[in-house]
Amino acid sequence: MTTPAGRAGRYGPYGGRYVPETLIPALDELTDAYAEARADPSFLAEFDALSADYVGRPTPLYRARRFETAAGVGPVYLKREDLNHTGAHKINNTVGQALLARRMGKPRIIAETGAGQHGVATATACALFDMECVVYMGMEDVERQSLNVYRMELLGAEVRPVKSGTRTLKDATNEALRDWVTNVRDTHYIIGSVVGPHPFPMIVRDFQAVIGREARRQILEVEGRLPRSVVACVGGGSNAMGMFHAFVEDGDVALIGVEASGHGLGSGHSSAPLSEGRPGVLHGSLSYLLQDADGQVAPAHSIAAGLDYPGVGPEHSHLLDSGRATYVSVGDAAAQRAFRELPGLEGIIPALETAHALAWVAEAGRRGEIAPPVAICLSGRGDKDVVHVSRLAGVDAGKGSAP
Amino acid sequence: MPPGRIGARFEKLAREGRRGFIPYVTTGFPSLGDTREMVAGLAELGADVIELGIPFSDPMADGPTIQRSSQEALDNGTTVDDMFEVLRDLRRASDVPVVIFSYLNPVYSRGVDAFIREAVEAGADGILPTDLPLGADSELESRILESPLDLVRLVAPTTTPKRIREIALSSQGFVYYVARTGVTGAREELRSALAQEVSAVRSVSPLPVAVGFGVSTPGHARAVGAAADAAVVGSALVNRLAEGGVAAALALAGDLRRALDEAGR
Repeated sequence: MTTPAGRAGRYGPYGGRYVPETLIPALDELTDAYAEARADPSFLAEFDALSADYVGRPTPLYRARRFETAAGVGPVYLKREDLNHTGAHKINNTVGQALLARRMGKPRIIAETGAGQHGVATATACALFDMECVVYMGMEDVERQSLNVYRMELLGAEVRPVKSGTRTLKDATNEALRDWVTNVRDTHYIIGSVVGPHPFPMIVRDFQAVIGREARRQILEVEGRLPRSVVACVGGGSNAMGMFHAFVEDGDVALIGVEASGHGLGSGHSSAPLSEGRPGVLHGSLSYLLQDADGQVAPAHSIAAGLDYPGVGPEHSHLLDSGRATYVSVGDAAAQRAFRELPGLEGIIPALETAHALAWVAEAGRRGEIAPPVAICLSGRGDKDVVHVSRLAGVDAGKGSAP
Repeated sequence: MPPGRIGARFEKLAREGRRGFIPYVTTGFPSLGDTREMVAGLAELGADVIELGIPFSDPMADGPTIQRSSQEALDNGTTVDDMFEVLRDLRRASDVPVVIFSYLNPVYSRGVDAFIREAVEAGADGILPTDLPLGADSELESRILESPLDLVRLVAPTTTPKRIREIALSSQGFVYYVARTGVTGAREELRSALAQEVSAVRSVSPLPVAVGFGVSTPGHARAVGAAADAAVVGSALVNRLAEGGVAAALALAGDLRRALDEAGR
């Protein structure tokens, strides 16, 4: 397992541990426990066994030929993280961290969630290991993702709606951090993305790095060469970091992260800190951040709740500054079009988050601006988004008929 | 280095055998005018240090009271410039020590050196960044430590003995002991182990030790005064300000001041 270069927990100047003093001993404890776990063959064996038998790994790398024709670029491969148990990549991390929490003797788990995918994946891991689970979710997301709320409750988790601030993922994260500060002695915080104070960005990346390791091996098997473009959507950036990590040393492979530009860059209604933010401190680490001139965090917007976050993982900030990765953006409308197109082409309904990556590849392909072979991380399935998108299209899928 | 205003104030308290009173105020809550009246009134009734808070959009170490006051202050349009303006006004009438209480990002966003320069010019004596624990960013910490502003550091109940010593030795002005694991907020009772924990910090600290988080009533202030050099009161004053306005908040502050004087005797 690699650790960040240079100062502990830093990616270039980014990352760090900007947290209240109360959490420092817990972060030290977590850092040590994780280092021990990674060196313990029995821990790794249990994680690998669960990844295979419970999560369903390895996920397929599927060549999307009809999508290729529509996009005018090929070959294009989809790394099918939507086929994981619970329908997204999130479970790779929650199973790993729940194992770690059990090893540390922490019986209580907390998590934040935006769209509910990480909350469901956390509740699932907690059910599996018989742990108490509390999930913080912004009131606005509770309302737009009611199906996932019920799913978490079925799995035995308590969902606590967060009514402060913008009532979305950012505020759910604040509330989870407040819970952790208060109950740190018996509680582990399973953070859902490559964000937060060190060692979280490293731990989440390491548990997600299986995505890129598999994809790299799989594409070498079928193509006999590496992809020239690897693409993933970026909110906090966990599926992207998981996909990119195995390719970082492959200098000829372009790494392309797709942020959500919402109503458009510059509109004040976007979620693209790498495209239009500047470095700042939120939720314990230094990274690109949407903020006003006074350093107040700006509200984010995206049609995809999982991308609706004003910050981003610190390693992405470093990949941007170093030039190793490129970050582009796609808005709500293009993401919705991609969400509607892929089912008819490939029989796959992608998550709205993932649809941002698909939309960018399709646009870049038509313009001849992306080099094949292309590997896209299909981070999650879109069942959770069907009602939301159908309502926006004027069709109420919840009622079954068009108005 | 000669002691700054904070050090001088604590030396005076020690000579007189009194305990310090450190009230917290959120700038701009419920209005900037109220903040001006609050700090002037607090200085007049004998506050030893005033913690002047910069409202922040994501106050992750704070409970509901400070969260709400911060949100309302931001909704009112309160800025870092406003905080400096309140401070400059206060300085025309009073030399009470002032510590700026802030999350790191508003400071970082302005540029740490620029922030320090403006803060010193406006008359601040110290800064307490909630999310800049010891060792988080040594380069940035050094810039504050080497500036005229005191860098006030926090010790928590979870802090290890080795780290308590390191924090106490690198804090400036005073050491802030967090009375419980958790966020800020008024409480019914203080924890029984508090006196013992505070005494452990005092035994390794060359600086005075102030206790905050949950100190709400004159009874709490007396209990804290028996164990520590000073008491910090935030949420209880903010609550009183929200409910009864400046006069009510200052009345509570007066009661707390008297309670601490009783504890010192």
